[in-house]
Amino acid sequence: MSWLYLITLIPLLYAILVPLFYKYLPRIHTGWFVLPVPVVLFACLMKQIPFVAKGSPFVHTVSWIPSLNINYTTYVDGLALTFGLIITGIGALVVLYSIYYLFKEREELGNFYVYLLLFMGAMLGVVFSDNILVLYMFWELTSVSSFLLIAFWYQRKGSRYGAQKSLLITVFGGFCMFAGFLILANITDTFSIQQMIQHTDKITGHLLFIPAMILILLGAFTKSAQFPFHIWLPDAMEAPTPVSAYLHSATMVKAGIYLIARLTPIFGGNMTWFWLVSGIGLITLFWGSFSAVKQVDLKAMLAYSTISQLGMIVCLLGLGSVAMYYGPGKGTVLYLTAILAAVFHLINHSTFKGSLFMVVGIIDHETGTRDIRRLGGLMSLMPITFTLAIIGSFSMAGLPPFNGFLSKELFFTALLNTSQLEIFHLGKWGLLFPVVAWIASIFTFIYCMIIAFKAFMGKHYPHRLVKKTHEAPWGMLLPPILLAFLIIFFFFNPNVLAQYLIIPAISSILPGFMETGSIEPIKAWHGWTPELFMTMGVVGLGFVLFILLPKWSKLYGWLPVRITLNNIYDQALIVTERISERITRKYMTGFIRDYLSYILLFFVVALGGAILTLNSFTFNPITNSPIRVYEIILCLTLVASALLVLFARNRIVAIIGLGVMGYLITGIFVIFRAPDLALTQLVVETVTTVLFLLCFYFLPKMKKEISKLGFKTSNLLISLGVGFLVTIMALLAQGNRLFLPISWFYENAYELAGAKNIVNAILVDFRGFDTMLEILVFCIGGIGVYTLIKLQLTGRKNNGLKE
Amino acid sequence: MGLKNDVILQTVTKVAVFIILAFSIHLFIGGHHNPGGGFVGGLAVVSAFTLLLLAFDLKSLRAGLIINFEILAIVGVLIAVCTGMSSLLFNEPFLNQIFGTINLPILGETEFATAVIFDTGVAFAVLGTALSIITTISEDICKWRQ
Repeated sequence: MSWLYLITLIPLLYAILVPLFYKYLPRIHTGWFVLPVPVVLFACLMKQIPFVAKGSPFVHTVSWIPSLNINYTTYVDGLALTFGLIITGIGALVVLYSIYYLFKEREELGNFYVYLLLFMGAMLGVVFSDNILVLYMFWELTSVSSFLLIAFWYQRKGSRYGAQKSLLITVFGGFCMFAGFLILANITDTFSIQQMIQHTDKITGHLLFIPAMILILLGAFTKSAQFPFHIWLPDAMEAPTPVSAYLHSATMVKAGIYLIARLTPIFGGNMTWFWLVSGIGLITLFWGSFSAVKQVDLKAMLAYSTISQLGMIVCLLGLGSVAMYYGPGKGTVLYLTAILAAVFHLINHSTFKGSLFMVVGIIDHETGTRDIRRLGGLMSLMPITFTLAIIGSFSMAGLPPFNGFLSKELFFTALLNTSQLEIFHLGKWGLLFPVVAWIASIFTFIYCMIIAFKAFMGKHYPHRLVKKTHEAPWGMLLPPILLAFLIIFFFFNPNVLAQYLIIPAISSILPGFMETGSIEPIKAWHGWTPELFMTMGVVGLGFVLFILLPKWSKLYGWLPVRITLNNIYDQALIVTERISERITRKYMTGFIRDYLSYILLFFVVALGGAILTLNSFTFNPITNSPIRVYEIILCLTLVASALLVLFARNRIVAIIGLGVMGYLITGIFVIFRAPDLALTQLVVETVTTVLFLLCFYFLPKMKKEISKLGFKTSNLLISLGVGFLVTIMALLAQGNRLFLPISWFYENAYELAGAKNIVNAILVDFRGFDTMLEILVFCIGGIGVYTLIKLQLTGRKNNGLKE
Repeated sequence: MGLKNDVILQTVTKVAVFIILAFSIHLFIGGHHNPGGGFVGGLAVVSAFTLLLLAFDLKSLRAGLIINFEILAIVGVLIAVCTGMSSLLFNEPFLNQIFGTINLPILGETEFATAVIFDTGVAFAVLGTALSIITTISEDICKWRQ
């Protein structure tokens, strides 16, 4: 299996072929060509399970940029494999689903599948990379592909808004995370996560430990839509439903969770980490489920429910990190439960949320709306879809016999365990965890019921819908049916999953713990435990509140609009735009001479400042050869012609003055015996003078400008400064010899290059690469001029040249 | 552009252009051992053509020269890049140049270097680019005048 490291590259490389399929085989839906990729990758990863379950991760290193210590290291352990299976497995189902969801006649399928494969490769790269810089690269690539997929229907304003929002928020987090990574790399002197884990003691004692932690968590929280960064996820629902099912519920939003889990060995056991991760997770859990209930769009409801479930997993990872405080030992089973619940729920969430998204997609596809106020009575029209919705939402609500029940019970166990701890001020605040989570679970139950029943029960109003409703095609039903099958299968056989995936994943989140501690097998029935009573309370109270929903849903109206996070985001965007526009307007005047003065001023300040602060001015004329009379004459004429240019009344005189200066410099080259330079300068000067004369036609008549004294003085100062500085530097270069003269390298030019002309030997042989790039630049410049003039738009008369 | 009735300039140009062209070929070929080379050689050709352009007009220049300067520039860059690449085929570093001598019937012992091919690319690129800039601008002027 040594080629497993290629697995992240396969989707990326395959993406190149997709446009060809789309273009040359338009009669077959492009999705059929894409489908084999995730299926094959899934099968390959499945074959890897036995090796990883035995505790031998797959490691492979390809050196990429060795000089910077950046290696393309693939590291596949239990955690990475779990994610990899979710990515490829759900990916395969989503591709199948999308074949029936997107019409080949109407949609830009080529673009869609390129973005999708780009995402798949990037996401696999995130979970399989051990090098944090490579991981970061793939991380940002997932943000970019998510942006492209959300904006897939870019004609819609909402799509563009959602795409921009998600990109701004996740890339902001990504940058923070990058800074955090660099701090970690700086402390440990390595870019490999596994090597960092071995140097944990170095990191925890460091001054920048907390900043690094917060920066990395910002990355994880923005990506995983944790409070208060969750606002991008509901807007991301503008994407086509297969994308929402794939990126925004099953995979990409779990990248943050992956990162938290992956770095738990480094940061875990610290109080700040514990409170940040589990606290933010808990708030998100509550806020997500609370907000979900008030939604009327089924997809928005699912988005908030995803936020809430992600919060729950994050919270569990935080709770489990306490284990690092105590270290491996006997009592660890308590904390291992939290991690177990986290990983288990991660898998479960992918199954039930994936199927629910697909169900909502079917409803949207067949009825033309997702608004629960317009839907109703679909049960008899779409019986299979209804069954699938029931399975998915009951699992999400935590009811037996579905896998959500098991992970929910484990979640409650973990919360109750935590509330009894005495460290990290938990004695005082510990009770908060079970209480808040329990309330959040009630809301979860309510919105699950809304999803399950609002659209399907009640009366059917055909006139409110755009289309005539009927059951979806089999291709759309098959993926959610498979997921529903898994939902039930995991309930009855949770320990198969535990043995092969969850326990290897736990041993990579908490290395060294599984050897000493052990996990009880997951059971549906534990007897009359507090967890069961909690679940019963949730069901009972939730059901009552669901029935009474119309009575109390007015409560949501009380929250003022102005302080909602979305409003704050919008206002912040407007204000930053306005401020940056104002600043840009200030210095972007539209006059070339202004830009020129910025450039020259920078030159004077930077170089002049360097010379002054380093106090490096030395001038040693002793080694110079004596000045001859030719040189004096040439220099005096040069100065005279420069003055002529300055004081010329007529533009043609100025151009001629410039030409004279050029030819005089040719003379200087001649008396210093540089014939090559002289020749080139001569011809260049001739050609540029002609060019000047050509452009002359377009230039306005030179006239005496009346400008303010301040403007004139500043211009004078800048020009004097530049002239002075250039002179100083020319003198400085005389006295300072920091490096060996390069001409020594070319002394044996005749033997090496067969050229008696050393200049030519340098140009074509020794530094041939420079020459090649120079002519390339020259050619690009020529093309630039050509396109500027030839392709200019026809509206030239109103474009100002005549004015 | 062009001073249509300047008989003296036109007559002198007719002779001078050939002198300049011959000189520029000399510059180009002699560049290996004497002052000159692809860059200067190319530019000298440009100056010859520019002189033509000034003495006559763009139309007659275009009629006399059926070369597309933009394509010439691109071909030049491609030649330079390809000579660089060809050294890779012989398992040598990029842009490695070789040279050797061959005994030719009339010229006697003559040196040949792959650098000449590279230099040809340079000359073409310079020639094409500079002339394309000049002709584009002057064409624009003609259009603008009408």
